[in-house]
Amino acid sequence: MAGVRSLGALSRITAKRYNVLSDISCRTFSVAPAMSARTHVNYEVKEDVAVIRMNDPTSKVNTLSVQMQNEMIEVFNEVLANDAVQSAVLISSKPGCFIAGADINMIQACNTSEEVTKLSQEGQKMFARIENSPKPIVAAINGPCLGGGLEFAIACQYRVATKSKKTVLGTPEVMLGLLPGAGGTQRLPKMVGIPGAFDMMLTGRNIRADKAKKMGLVHQLVDPLGPGLKSPEERTIEYLEEVAIQCAKGIVNKKISLTKEKGMMQKVQDYVMGIEFVRQQIYKTVTAKVMKMSKGLYPAPLKIIESVKAGLEQGPDSGYLAEAQNFGKLAMTSESNALIGLYHGQVACKKNRFGVPERPVKNLAILGAGLMGAGIAQVTVDKGIHTVLKDTTVEGLSRGQQQVYKGLNDKTKKKTITSFERDFTLASLTGQLDYSGFEKADMVIEAVFEDLNIKHRVIKEVEAVIPPHCIFATNTSALPIKDIAAASIRPEKVIGMHYFSPVDKMQLLEIITTDKTSKDTTASAVAVGLKQGKVIIVVGDGPGFYTTRCLAPMLAEAVRLLQEGVDPKKLDALTTGFGFPVGAATLADEVGIDVAAHVAEDLGKAFGSRFGGGNVEVLKTMVEKGFKGRKSGKGCYVYTPGLKSKDVNPDIEDVLGKYKLTPNPLVSSDSDVQYRLVSRFVNEAVMCLQEGILNGPVEGDIGAVFGLGFPPCLGGPFRFVDTFGANKLVEKMKRYEEVYGNHFTPCQLLLDHAKDSSKRFHK
Amino acid sequence: SLCTSNIISNILPPVSLWTGTAVRYLDKKESVKPVISTGSEQRKVQTKSKKTLAKPGVKNIVLVEGVRTPFLLSGTTYADLMPHDLARAALQGLLHKTSLPKDAVDYIIYGTVIQEVKTSNVAREASLGAGFSDKIPSHTVTMACISSNVAMTTGVGLITAGQCDTIVAGGVEFMSDVPIRHSRKMRKTMLALNRAKTLGQRLSLIGSIRMAHLTPELPAVAEFSTAETMGHSADRLAAAFGVTRLEQDEFALRSHTLAKQAQDAGLLSDVISFKVPGRDTVAKDNGIRPSSMEQLAKLKPAFIKPHGTVTAANSSFLTDGASAVLIMSEEKALAMGYKPKAYLRDFVFVSQDPKDQLLLGPAYGTPKVLARAGLTMDDIDVFEFHEAFAGQIMANLKALDSDWFAQTYMGRKVKVGAPAMEKFNLWGGSLSLGHPFGATGCRLVTTVAHRLLKEGGQYGLVAACAAGGQGHAMVIEAYPQ
Repeated sequence: MAGVRSLGALSRITAKRYNVLSDISCRTFSVAPAMSARTHVNYEVKEDVAVIRMNDPTSKVNTLSVQMQNEMIEVFNEVLANDAVQSAVLISSKPGCFIAGADINMIQACNTSEEVTKLSQEGQKMFARIENSPKPIVAAINGPCLGGGLEFAIACQYRVATKSKKTVLGTPEVMLGLLPGAGGTQRLPKMVGIPGAFDMMLTGRNIRADKAKKMGLVHQLVDPLGPGLKSPEERTIEYLEEVAIQCAKGIVNKKISLTKEKGMMQKVQDYVMGIEFVRQQIYKTVTAKVMKMSKGLYPAPLKIIESVKAGLEQGPDSGYLAEAQNFGKLAMTSESNALIGLYHGQVACKKNRFGVPERPVKNLAILGAGLMGAGIAQVTVDKGIHTVLKDTTVEGLSRGQQQVYKGLNDKTKKKTITSFERDFTLASLTGQLDYSGFEKADMVIEAVFEDLNIKHRVIKEVEAVIPPHCIFATNTSALPIKDIAAASIRPEKVIGMHYFSPVDKMQLLEIITTDKTSKDTTASAVAVGLKQGKVIIVVGDGPGFYTTRCLAPMLAEAVRLLQEGVDPKKLDALTTGFGFPVGAATLADEVGIDVAAHVAEDLGKAFGSRFGGGNVEVLKTMVEKGFKGRKSGKGCYVYTPGLKSKDVNPDIEDVLGKYKLTPNPLVSSDSDVQYRLVSRFVNEAVMCLQEGILNGPVEGDIGAVFGLGFPPCLGGPFRFVDTFGANKLVEKMKRYEEVYGNHFTPCQLLLDHAKDSSKRFHK
Repeated sequence: SLCTSNIISNILPPVSLWTGTAVRYLDKKESVKPVISTGSEQRKVQTKSKKTLAKPGVKNIVLVEGVRTPFLLSGTTYADLMPHDLARAALQGLLHKTSLPKDAVDYIIYGTVIQEVKTSNVAREASLGAGFSDKIPSHTVTMACISSNVAMTTGVGLITAGQCDTIVAGGVEFMSDVPIRHSRKMRKTMLALNRAKTLGQRLSLIGSIRMAHLTPELPAVAEFSTAETMGHSADRLAAAFGVTRLEQDEFALRSHTLAKQAQDAGLLSDVISFKVPGRDTVAKDNGIRPSSMEQLAKLKPAFIKPHGTVTAANSSFLTDGASAVLIMSEEKALAMGYKPKAYLRDFVFVSQDPKDQLLLGPAYGTPKVLARAGLTMDDIDVFEFHEAFAGQIMANLKALDSDWFAQTYMGRKVKVGAPAMEKFNLWGGSLSLGHPFGATGCRLVTTVAHRLLKEGGQYGLVAACAAGGQGHAMVIEAYPQ
């Protein structure tokens, strides 16, 4: 018994000692803020470790803004000068964000490449000081550590990261048409090897913490914590800080070595990379790969390779200089401008400008378990929404359920989710053949066959069983929503939700409102779309809405080109050469020749001869012969299962021969072919803005790029007009108009912009 | 030392269905006496003995006896046995200790976690092997580390429902041998081989076997739902509650020190001696190893490296062992001439998030069962919590002592408070005595009964966590002696 009591006493002492400790830290903390009025960066000294905390009070994320950098330098100087400090920990006090990157606006505010180069050099200088700091600095990473943030972290001596799903490391600069301009191109190859560094910088992909550890990008991982005496987020950051402090001390007292014992593999790899011939081969291979994928339309990847090469072959001085100069050059390119525009647009299209819906959608029912229906179910069911997938046949339903399962199971195989999470998610999916439980539905999305009569039947059936607040969304690619809503007894609850196939891959969702659609209905549809992870544009009603309407004239032109004897492969090469990710002929096959025929006919009726060009009969004949595109194994091409390469369908020769047109050599050069396709697309997009179908050019650009694959390097049709010049485009169109008539008549808004060069869609 | 309940029991006639009310009445009358006669500690115990937890219309259920085999480190003296052998030993020990006729039991229930496939209903094999009448039905239950708690409460349920009067419940775990399986691919091939009709089919199946087929599948001590091992989760839990390595090592040392004291003082009277076939007779737990803080501090973290705090020394170890208890309706026990040890009162099972709150069962179960029984933390004289990890125990104590946690996660207005350490696991715990998963629950309950008798308290509380994010808590009341 006495033993117990004495142990009890011991535990009391421990508790007291703990208090003493926290008292000390409290005192030091109270001193720190008194020293200056810094708002973004601060530090406190814990024993002999300076804990540098970042927090941008004006934003949800930390960026390396001017303010942040200035305060950081100030703090860094103080830490260096402080004799009580032996080491430092760099941490963000924002739960869930380390540093999301450099401040893009800072780059955009520059007018010349020299200015940007200077920015880059300042960044390089700052990180060089961090790298050479006599006091070791440990970066404690929780949440995104991207771009400039990653460059900062890799300049530190040691990196500890949480295993949280939010923690990702990466260099996404390439996606903005830039390069890692603060030493990234120089430090990364040394840290993760040349191939690894190229992979990171050229793809810009996010790397999760556990992968980063394997690559050698971070030294130590910390598990996220659950509930304790504080909220999980708060305590996880605290814990991360505690571990990082231990590391910092460990480095100072040499318990942790910064020069890692190299493994056998590492030694071999280093030896191989030490051979100049091997390195040259790598540059060559990587450059060839980049050229193949980018068609030379994107300068950033090439500049990244160039900068890495300069550093490795001519030494750090040349390397850093090349990096800074290339960064400056890239920042002034139209490609970078376009990509940054898309980035901003994407951010804007991830917000709900219609406000918070009156009631959140918790139960969603999807009609039709086809490719689209099941795809919608797949992106919904894992967002905590109970999802009903209804079809009319067991076969159709099973196929759809299998599609959802496969989608989730693929994620399990890639280890992004566990098999348990897959099963748990699938528990929220109900497959059924009847309307039972529809009385609980908050929203119904129908994805049945594109036929007005069927849609009318469905809407009547559904409205008989759903509660009054339930929204009826229709997934159609061309039928005007008001025509579908005509059968509804409550048109204010009817809205269009146009998903793109494959739903789990395509980011865009086009939401279509009629004049009767209520604002709350729209808000609710946008909220659901955002939950599904979509980039959303909200457009007005009309035949083909926005996206299909832009695509139709381009496809009509593509058919005409085929009739004029352009080989499908050539047609594809010309379109991809312009920057489209998928060639026009392949696109037609992907969309489905039958769908294309359907749309062409419908829109042709709605818009008249302006939508002419290729003969719809070409498509119809193809459908008759069973050439419906990829899904039927034959279209413009022949698809053999398991084979990636595809050959031109030899039988379409006959079809095209039947409808053969003679090309006019004046408008049939390769470049003309490209502009004939693109100008019709762009003109229609501008007309959508003119007619008020589009809310603005931003949504127009986002819709075209994310939904239809309009070349991202051009930033979308509107940015293209701004960059290319409306007058030049109109000039080309007029030339085509002379040959083909009203298919190429520029719309009024485009003419206005052509007349007045100060008029621009984007400021 | 003498205490109130002893005094009361001397006066109480062993009676009737109405014992509950009788006790309550008598308690009130008796409550004055000791105040005059004894010191402060007795007074404290005495005030509590004012009420019993008997409820009108609910049968009183008693623990008549509880025994267990010595708990041994896996791979030691029990290494060559099978699980039912251990369970058999416990059952025979119980028979021996209680002189219970072999056909006087209505039902036998056993808890186990890792099942030996040959004896998947280990309760049945063990009861037959222990010589119980073959007319007694038996079944096996599983709920991770609270499996024998489930066995006991199942028995309580059967008695309460009027289906049975006499139940033997127990638990067994045998980690010296675990089912290691062929890989799924290999199993599939072997099963197909069974069905193959021609030599050609057989040969082609045999030919399809690759090296990868031969990789065995080990039973994981990991959550199926999260794939996280329990030690890893315990380390995260300790970190979440800010439990330091020092606190954990101190608690582990405490457990071993107390267990050693209890063992030396002969307090662990539930342990039976067991002649292991082909080996020596074992009579003592062999995992109790009081060490020093310096020794403990030398160990490296076992799960989260390099900065974790859970080590081999502050975790419970893999253990072989079995336990058994005799549970009866009070009426039946008295009719058979037994002197019960304790009442089994209110109990709860709880469950929560298996990822971040895997081992918080006691924190959730304790307030809930106290509320059911109408008791407060202060009313409890004896606490026996299952010690899975020192860090887990400390985290649970901190959770119980946190208003924030009570409000944020348990929907309570205030905390119930942490148990007083001078009442807590005073005879050691799973960390030192060992933790045969399926058998620990009965050990906890028997220990509470024995401690109540020894220390003279009236109420005891058992609490335990279990894989799957589940937990159990039970209130035990001393039987008036």
